[in-house]
Amino acid sequence: MADKKSDVVTSAGSAVSRPDRLQNPGFEPEHKRVHDESPERARGAERGISLLFALSGILSASAFALNFIFPIVPGDLMSTRYNNMFVGLAIAAGLLCLGVGAVHWAKALMHGHELVEERHATRGDDATRARAVEIFQEANKESGWTRRRLLRNSLIGAFVALPVPAVALFRDLAPAGTPEEKLAHTIWEKGVRLTRDPNGVPIKASDVTIGSAFHVIPENLLELEEGFLDEKAKAAVLLMRLPLDALNETEDRKSWSYDGIVAYSKICTHVGCPVALYEQQTHNLLCPCHQSQFDVSNHCAVIFGPAARPLPQLPITVDAEGYLVAQSDFLEPVGPSYWERKR
Amino acid sequence: MPRNLNRKGRRHPLSSLVLILVGLFVSGGAYAAVTGSASAHDAPVSATQIEDGKKLFASNCASCHGLSAEGSAAGPSLIGAGALSVEFQVGSGRMPMSGSGPQAEKKPVQFTQPEIDAMAAWVASLAPGPGVPHASELTGGDASNGAELFRINCAMCHNVAGAGGALTEGKWAPNLKNIDPVHVYAAMVTGPQNMPVFSDMNITAEEKNDIIAYLKFLDENPSVGGMDLGSLGPVSEGLFVWIFALGGLVAITIWLSAKSN
Repeated sequence: MADKKSDVVTSAGSAVSRPDRLQNPGFEPEHKRVHDESPERARGAERGISLLFALSGILSASAFALNFIFPIVPGDLMSTRYNNMFVGLAIAAGLLCLGVGAVHWAKALMHGHELVEERHATRGDDATRARAVEIFQEANKESGWTRRRLLRNSLIGAFVALPVPAVALFRDLAPAGTPEEKLAHTIWEKGVRLTRDPNGVPIKASDVTIGSAFHVIPENLLELEEGFLDEKAKAAVLLMRLPLDALNETEDRKSWSYDGIVAYSKICTHVGCPVALYEQQTHNLLCPCHQSQFDVSNHCAVIFGPAARPLPQLPITVDAEGYLVAQSDFLEPVGPSYWERKR
Repeated sequence: MPRNLNRKGRRHPLSSLVLILVGLFVSGGAYAAVTGSASAHDAPVSATQIEDGKKLFASNCASCHGLSAEGSAAGPSLIGAGALSVEFQVGSGRMPMSGSGPQAEKKPVQFTQPEIDAMAAWVASLAPGPGVPHASELTGGDASNGAELFRINCAMCHNVAGAGGALTEGKWAPNLKNIDPVHVYAAMVTGPQNMPVFSDMNITAEEKNDIIAYLKFLDENPSVGGMDLGSLGPVSEGLFVWIFALGGLVAITIWLSAKSN
């Protein structure tokens, strides 16, 4: 009956409705496995599975023993490696044998009939539903929930007020101060000496030979009692000295460098990786994360990659003793863009 | 990087042989230095050595660097480059270059040590420059401090395990496995090619020894975590996990859902 064309009911402008031609095909004839038909093969599978379980037991026990056969000797790196490798391999192989054995048991030896289990109806029967309504009504009558309105409303009011203190508590988990002022400033300020990472030895201008690259932290970083890593992450600077003829400085920034020595933020303006792969002949700075390239000879202009802005330059000069010092903080926020950033 | 992938998890079977060769090389080198070879900066340099160096330079290097090392469009001036630059560039096989390219590649060394010493002596005679230290001066560093300095100053290009890495436009920072300590020292002092200079005012002589000790530690100690897959981090490890771990999981899933025959 399903094959006749007239079963398809169509009318102009309406969807095609088609009676369901698909019929439940029922089960396929039961698939007989070799283990069902040959008791010998079934016994073989049983032996194989028991062997896997036995092997699993042996491996787990040997993992215990290997811990003592290959002990970790303090100071000997190879001993740590052997201990980890052998103990780990034995535990993993033991677990694998257990799993493979269990699955093989289920697939080869447990019965292979296909079954259908009907789901229970989700809706309760009428008597259950009526009883549930009855319980609610009884409770309402006994407690006076709808009758004693003052009681009910004051309770609701109390529950509404309950989570209010949490607002203050969760707010205190955020760092103090607005993110805007935290991101816009670093601990560099006028007169702060440029010092070597990690030991804080101040750098003399005469120490910076042509082609040098110094990894710099501000002198006041090591005096910080808290927030060391946060401040270091913002204030890290790369100091380079270029031959004077390689440096193309704009007029307004000529005073920011000293005798070919320039200082730039090490924090990429893309997503904040440390940019420090400096090539002293091409004067390119490469960010290792996403291959942004900056041209140090042209105020770290972006010449390749996803970074949107040049690296911020730290204005530097020398103090009376010949040490390099900052003229001020960075004149723009370092690092990647954020919502509150002006440009 | 086949050289890295060949590195077995454990100590290489040839490592003892290499160790003996290195030992022989170091002791032989130290002996040569003590007996007055020109590779030591305080050793006397004979006039004939300078003369030999000049001839070798004229026939092998002058086409790019100029007859009196004044430089040309093809190569930089070497006046003031010092003996250490010559030892690094020629002694590591980078010079003479086989052709122009983004970077001078390491090749088999083209000259004998006396020839390199002679050229170094001649270049050093043109103008003062950094000299070659005794190998014995580059020992006794603190590997732990060296590791910190390496992470701050070197690891961004050379990789934290010294496996090297890519730079811009076809250039790269080379692998630092099993490099002669004199060459490690020379690279920091002279800043060859695009490497920045790390003078003694930036990384002191003592700190340079610490860095050399750290690299030596990496050479001599295997990775504790097992096979390091070239120490290339997420690139090689990710590839391994995607192919073998995920492939294994797919195979197990197929086996789980297949009907038993």
